[in-house]
Amino acid sequence: MDQNVTQPLVTVRNCRQSYHKEASADLVVLDDVDLTLNEGEIVALLGRSGSGKSTLLRIVSGLLKPTSGDVRWRGEPLRGPAPGVAMVFQSFALFPWLTVQENVELGLEALGVKKDERDERSEEAIDLIGLGGYDTAYPKELSGGMRQRVGLARALVVHPDLLLMDEPFSALDVLTAETLRTDLIDLWMDKKLPVKSILIVTHNIEEAVLMADRILVFSSNPGRVAHELKVPFAHPRNRFDPAFRQMVDDIYGIMTRRAPKEVHVPAAAVPSGFATPLHPVSTNLISGLIETLYGAPYQGRADLPALAAALQYEVDDLLPLGETLQLLGFAALEEGDLILSDIGKKFADAETEDRKEIFTEQLRANVPLVNAIRTVIDQRSNHRASAVRFRDELEDHMSPEYADETLRAVISWGRYAEIFEYDEEAQQFGLEEEDEEEEA
Amino acid sequence: MTNYTPTALAGRRLPNRWDGVALLLVMGLLIALVDVGRGTISTSIATIQNSPIHLDPAYLPYYALRSTARMFAALFFSLLFTLTYATLAAKSRRAGMVLIPILDILQSVPILGFLTFTTVFFLGLFPGKVLGAELASVFVIFTSQAWNMAFSFYQSLTTLPNDLQEASRCFRLSPWQKFWRLDVPFAMPGLVWNTMLSMSGGWFFVVASEAVTVGNTTFTLPGIGSYVATALEQENLRAIFYAIIAMLVLILLYDQLLFRPLVAWSAKFRFETTATATGPEPWMLKVLRRTALFQDIGDFLGGIMRSLTRLRLALPARTQIDENQEPSKLVDGFWFICIALVAAYAGYRIVTFVSGTLHWSDVGTAVLMGGFTLLRVMVLMAIAALIWVPIGVWIGLRPKATRIAQPIAQFLAAFPANLLFPPVVLAIVYFHVMPDIWLTPLMLIGTQWYVLFNVIAGAAAFPGDMKEAVANFHIRGWLWWRKVMIPGILPYFITGALTASGGAWNASIVAEVASWGSTNLAAHGLGAYIAQATAAGDTPRVVLGVVVMSCFVIFINRILWRPLYAYATRRTTLG
Repeated sequence: MDQNVTQPLVTVRNCRQSYHKEASADLVVLDDVDLTLNEGEIVALLGRSGSGKSTLLRIVSGLLKPTSGDVRWRGEPLRGPAPGVAMVFQSFALFPWLTVQENVELGLEALGVKKDERDERSEEAIDLIGLGGYDTAYPKELSGGMRQRVGLARALVVHPDLLLMDEPFSALDVLTAETLRTDLIDLWMDKKLPVKSILIVTHNIEEAVLMADRILVFSSNPGRVAHELKVPFAHPRNRFDPAFRQMVDDIYGIMTRRAPKEVHVPAAAVPSGFATPLHPVSTNLISGLIETLYGAPYQGRADLPALAAALQYEVDDLLPLGETLQLLGFAALEEGDLILSDIGKKFADAETEDRKEIFTEQLRANVPLVNAIRTVIDQRSNHRASAVRFRDELEDHMSPEYADETLRAVISWGRYAEIFEYDEEAQQFGLEEEDEEEEA
Repeated sequence: MTNYTPTALAGRRLPNRWDGVALLLVMGLLIALVDVGRGTISTSIATIQNSPIHLDPAYLPYYALRSTARMFAALFFSLLFTLTYATLAAKSRRAGMVLIPILDILQSVPILGFLTFTTVFFLGLFPGKVLGAELASVFVIFTSQAWNMAFSFYQSLTTLPNDLQEASRCFRLSPWQKFWRLDVPFAMPGLVWNTMLSMSGGWFFVVASEAVTVGNTTFTLPGIGSYVATALEQENLRAIFYAIIAMLVLILLYDQLLFRPLVAWSAKFRFETTATATGPEPWMLKVLRRTALFQDIGDFLGGIMRSLTRLRLALPARTQIDENQEPSKLVDGFWFICIALVAAYAGYRIVTFVSGTLHWSDVGTAVLMGGFTLLRVMVLMAIAALIWVPIGVWIGLRPKATRIAQPIAQFLAAFPANLLFPPVVLAIVYFHVMPDIWLTPLMLIGTQWYVLFNVIAGAAAFPGDMKEAVANFHIRGWLWWRKVMIPGILPYFITGALTASGGAWNASIVAEVASWGSTNLAAHGLGAYIAQATAAGDTPRVVLGVVVMSCFVIFINRILWRPLYAYATRRTTLG
């Protein structure tokens, strides 16, 4: 037993997760990731969606086998879900046909625990997590916060050494999420939680700084650990403490920093524009953000954490939006700030029709994929082109999800800019009728 | 009332080579049944002691009980089949490749066409015993119930929510525990709904399978179906009237004691995150839930069930997913070769079985007959649509009328239409009109209600804000039908029409031929073709007829209903 004290709970070395693709190279989701988890600490994996942090969580839980790399649980190679690990899910993952108590007892049943002990332990977990009196309720009768408490109780009842949490509060409203976080931290500080360590996946910067002792910041595409930070503050932490704010600001800076150039694909692929993933952000949102940036109090420059707070956006909502503005030349992201460009200002001043024109210009100039599509349409005698072919080409450069998002973005922007039409039913690009006549 | 996509509408759209393979396998299996049956028949199978059927109405409760018992026996086997077959198909990729197309074919094969094969088989298994006949009858009812139940279960298993699967693995439930904790509960609402539909449809086959003549073998099993058959033989109109009353009572009991409570109970398993308003609790469920005695019984049974399902019964299973592991090409190849060999052998057996007695002209005849039946089905569907769509929409838009009409339509759909044939036949004989035309409506008597209750459901589900918008813009008359109502109810209508037309094909086997005493009426059509071949014991022609009819049904499902349904759901839903 003694040697366990010094031994880390989990070690992950050189972990790599990729999906094999037929035509091109493998799609790398996680690349060369190392992770060590010791007893007594809360570690946060922080990153944007698609950065592979949830994949890493599943690898640590034993649900998923990495393509390569060494994963050890208490020094032993991990082969399947370990008995000392329990997970809390973003979607709660409660069984709607089981009562609160039956849901909580699930893990105990799997362990073959006798009824008396099951009752006792589930009662204990239910009371600890503040669900007393709800034993016989069904999940659908509960609010989101109460449901996640059930999820927590279900994980704690098996007395796991490691508690894994996959964006546990992101499906909850702001106030509920805050209450749950505080309750969890209080229990952790009072040493009332029957766990030795917590690994939490999140895309919420403040949440990570608020809860974790250590934060691993992930970069996307492929997922890598870009930074590791120790959080030096003692619990309970104050969000309005200047040092806290500074740390949040710093992490924003890290997350908006452009990826090093070497990540980019070979130059030959660039001109066609197939290699850049796009976010399907609606044109209304683009206009809205430009207007907001242009007006008071930002006057063309906004601090991202402040902007996120004002708009009630999570990083995952705001960063794609900011990046899209940057991509289209309307704004620039610099060290955690979003700065409107001259074109952005011109756009904000313009009327509806002129805005469309500016947008079209910027789209044509900065998104080569739109031009590529238009070129193919023009080359065809019937002025139609299948979307499937573009999706396939995109998938040579990115994951199917990214390819799908990119295509959706291009379709929506191209339609707005009236560069082409799109027939959803036939999945075909085409031209507007007057355009077609002109061409003919 | 919840609506589920009928299983025949889901899945692949165009016929492909797996359909061909599956068709070969199914037909090969049927012929094998006949062969096995024949092989074991040494004694004459005509020696079954037929207990005479009494037309005295005092016997009817007993007959009704016997018919019901057959129904439940079949239901038991259907459930057993569902839980095993669908699970195997869902859990094993390789098994699924074959099992699912086979299921798809099976649900398009006219059930009454099975009669020949199964009767020969079961009577052969138990020569001269009533048990053989009972099993043959139960098997027919089973074939009318099992396919869509299995399909529904399979579909549920393939759409299990990912997070719950991960939770089960993470908390290390054994496969047995997961099956009862996740798989079955998740599938429950769809399964219960399909089971209830199956049972509703099953009454028809209960009636049809009790008095059977295959070649020179005739058996009559005590039950409502043979009661009617005997009444027809003896030209006893009063007895037929009694049978109809008895059936009405039986269906009413089934509807009130079983159907409604079960469907309401299964709502508990519906996978949704918000509590939805539910209708009033059926009175039977109330009785079961509030009575101490029933509660004790329920707790006792539930306790046994729970401790059974809680057992681990763990087999060494892989719980870690390795996404990089690809299925072995070698094993796949071996598997494909095996399937191809079996299919080829089945094809060879079919050819040798059929070629001795049949010529290409027979295929032509069967297809031509199929054309006649197709024409009938199409005309009937058009007429049914013209009648029931306006009525259904009228009812559906009025909540009060819906509450009254919907249970009645569902009730009528369960009523076995073959009990209503005799009065129509009598009328045809009396007025000397053409059976080719006047036997036709019989095909749709039972199944038209599916059109009605689906249209009602569609109109009732029409969004309130759209109704207001329509009123606000003064949209009326033909424009209202064309732009608002018809698109609004289209997916529902197609669901109903598919069920109704599928049922009509099946019903053609009993509806295109009819008799009253010694008068026999027959219309031209594939149903009559199969029925006459069955009566003559001409198995090759039965096989041919069944194959042709299956092809017609599959083809129409694939090129008409499925694309139409996909189009309707895509076009008429937002998002």
